[in-house]
Amino acid sequence: MSATIHDSDVAAPHAIDLETETVRGLNAVLHGIGRETNQGYWRVLNPRGRHAIAVGLAAPIQIDIDGHVGYYCAGMNQQAHVVIHGNAGVGVAENMMSGFVHVKGDASQAAGATAHGGTLVIDGNAGARCGISMKGVDIIVKGSIGHMSAFMAQAGALTVLGDAGEALGDSIYEAHLYVRGAVASLGADCVVKVMRDEHKAELFEKLKRAGVDGQVDVSDFKRYGSARTLYHFHIDNASSY
Amino acid sequence: MTDTPRTPPRKSATFDDYTLAEIRRAAATGIYDIRGAGAKRKVPHFDDLLFLGASISRYPLEGYRERCGTEVTLGARFAKKPIHLKIPITIAGMSFGSLSGNAKEALGRGASAMGTSTTTGDGGMTPEERGHSTALVYQYLPSRYGMNPDDLRKADAIEVVIGQGAKPGGGGMLLGQKISPRVARMRTLPEGIDQRSACRHPDWTGPDDLEIKIEELREITDWEKPIYVKVGAARPYYDTALAAKSGADVVVLDGMQGGTAATQEVFIENVGLPILSAIRPAVQALQDLGLHRKVQLIVSGGVRNGADVAKALALGADAVSIGTAALVALGDNDPALEAEYQALGSTAGAYDDWHEGRDPAGITTQDPLLTGRLDPIAAGRRLANYLAVLTLETQTIARACGKSHVHNLEPEDLVALTIEAAAMARVPLAGTSWIPGVTGQI
Repeated sequence: MSATIHDSDVAAPHAIDLETETVRGLNAVLHGIGRETNQGYWRVLNPRGRHAIAVGLAAPIQIDIDGHVGYYCAGMNQQAHVVIHGNAGVGVAENMMSGFVHVKGDASQAAGATAHGGTLVIDGNAGARCGISMKGVDIIVKGSIGHMSAFMAQAGALTVLGDAGEALGDSIYEAHLYVRGAVASLGADCVVKVMRDEHKAELFEKLKRAGVDGQVDVSDFKRYGSARTLYHFHIDNASSY
Repeated sequence: MTDTPRTPPRKSATFDDYTLAEIRRAAATGIYDIRGAGAKRKVPHFDDLLFLGASISRYPLEGYRERCGTEVTLGARFAKKPIHLKIPITIAGMSFGSLSGNAKEALGRGASAMGTSTTTGDGGMTPEERGHSTALVYQYLPSRYGMNPDDLRKADAIEVVIGQGAKPGGGGMLLGQKISPRVARMRTLPEGIDQRSACRHPDWTGPDDLEIKIEELREITDWEKPIYVKVGAARPYYDTALAAKSGADVVVLDGMQGGTAATQEVFIENVGLPILSAIRPAVQALQDLGLHRKVQLIVSGGVRNGADVAKALALGADAVSIGTAALVALGDNDPALEAEYQALGSTAGAYDDWHEGRDPAGITTQDPLLTGRLDPIAAGRRLANYLAVLTLETQTIARACGKSHVHNLEPEDLVALTIEAAAMARVPLAGTSWIPGVTGQI
């Protein structure tokens, strides 16, 4: 599966309607698809905010979900390319390992939480705690993100074209944060960092992956990351906690 | 002229020697004391209960001859593949990181030899413990260190950890000395830094969310795996009820005597409940929901011998879990290492600086020279022996009470030696029919 966004303009040979099929039935079918599959494209109809849609996928398939989804859509995703044509509830693509998840609308809190890999693109805004404890995922939010985003973020990159809420990157480890708009406040141990050429190149690649290269200028972004002053507990830092 | 009689110097009960030393230590360092293990203060415990045994109205079973079952099934409520254990004693969650790879392997070997389960901890699943554990419970913790769906599918059960008895409401801290290259890699963190484990899950809060989270985990694993919910003993009635309502197959309830790899002393000693006081409310919650024995209850925190196991089961638990006792069986705090404990400023039986990574027994360390001291085969054998003794002791008591299965033990088999224990365990004070808070008078 290429790491580019596929719109759902291809005829779907496999469609599952959640008005007549259960989420359990949907996931069971999707889990039954082998990693060497030729059943590459699936469409999910009438999700109507149901939870745990398309979770635990482990095959290079594309899934288009026609509508809003509830909690944990595409949770723990491996390899699959999931497009949500609507809004996503809490924890979209949580703990994703690989693959690509694209939310066409807004995402609720904890988007991409603890995710180890893959790419999460959110066209709209994301709520609080976007990228919390992220461990290697690439998250690109075209709108703004809520408070406490990238809390204890360990690795990966969070790119935000809009603004960031309060306490961005609190207690951050080694994740990279790029924000184009205003940041309400930085969390403990999160600081503005110099945007060197290598970072601009990294950011450009992420914008390209989200399909907005050429539309925004990497020079408009600021880079944030860890000051690493809290890496070893010291009593003189107690007021930071 | 005679000398005026003098009273001897008297030390304060409030400001005793330990307290004074702690004040001086705090004044010198400016940092609270961090240590491993569980609460060391004396609290009402299983020792405060006695079994009545058989009498004219109760028939005992013949020791070594008449069968007394010990098997337990965990997770049959919703899971397609419940866990079947031969004994009702499991190994509690302890992380690779806090423990050495050899220690994790030894736990797996010992538990498997006795037909019971062991449990991962914060930091993910290692090949050592998966390979040597016939039944492995995979903890799902707030940090999600090392969490991945492949290991989730390899697990035999999933334990959603809300809290633990040593620190209900607290996260964790693995100090940099123990963040070896392998530990760092498994946790996606730089080597050698202090590493926090969060106290709350990152993507859910409250029981309604927990229900959805459990649904997600079941969906990911195709409803095969039993799902446990572990809580520290704090509000056992409501926590157990909410865990069951959220869809748990098994509730794990850990009292304040339960160990930790590293927590503030003030937290360990002052937050949470003794396990004795938590079992009956938890059982009551399950009974009120019509789920007792359908949702299994595992209790832990200070279980040391077969009497403790039997008492926990008699109060309504389905199984117990051991952590500290299992480490002691492996070789922790062995007097044979006294000289080395003294060199660390401690003594055998009191060594609890598990977070410093200098454990001479090679258990709570990542130092290759120290971890190499622990032979996982021999240590696993010791754990299996110990589990066998716990089981035999539990059966001995159960047979004496006339029970053909350890799960047939019941509160009616017990009395309490103290008013406090009678109130907490809801069994009569010995020699009376008085259960404080339940019956009106002696």
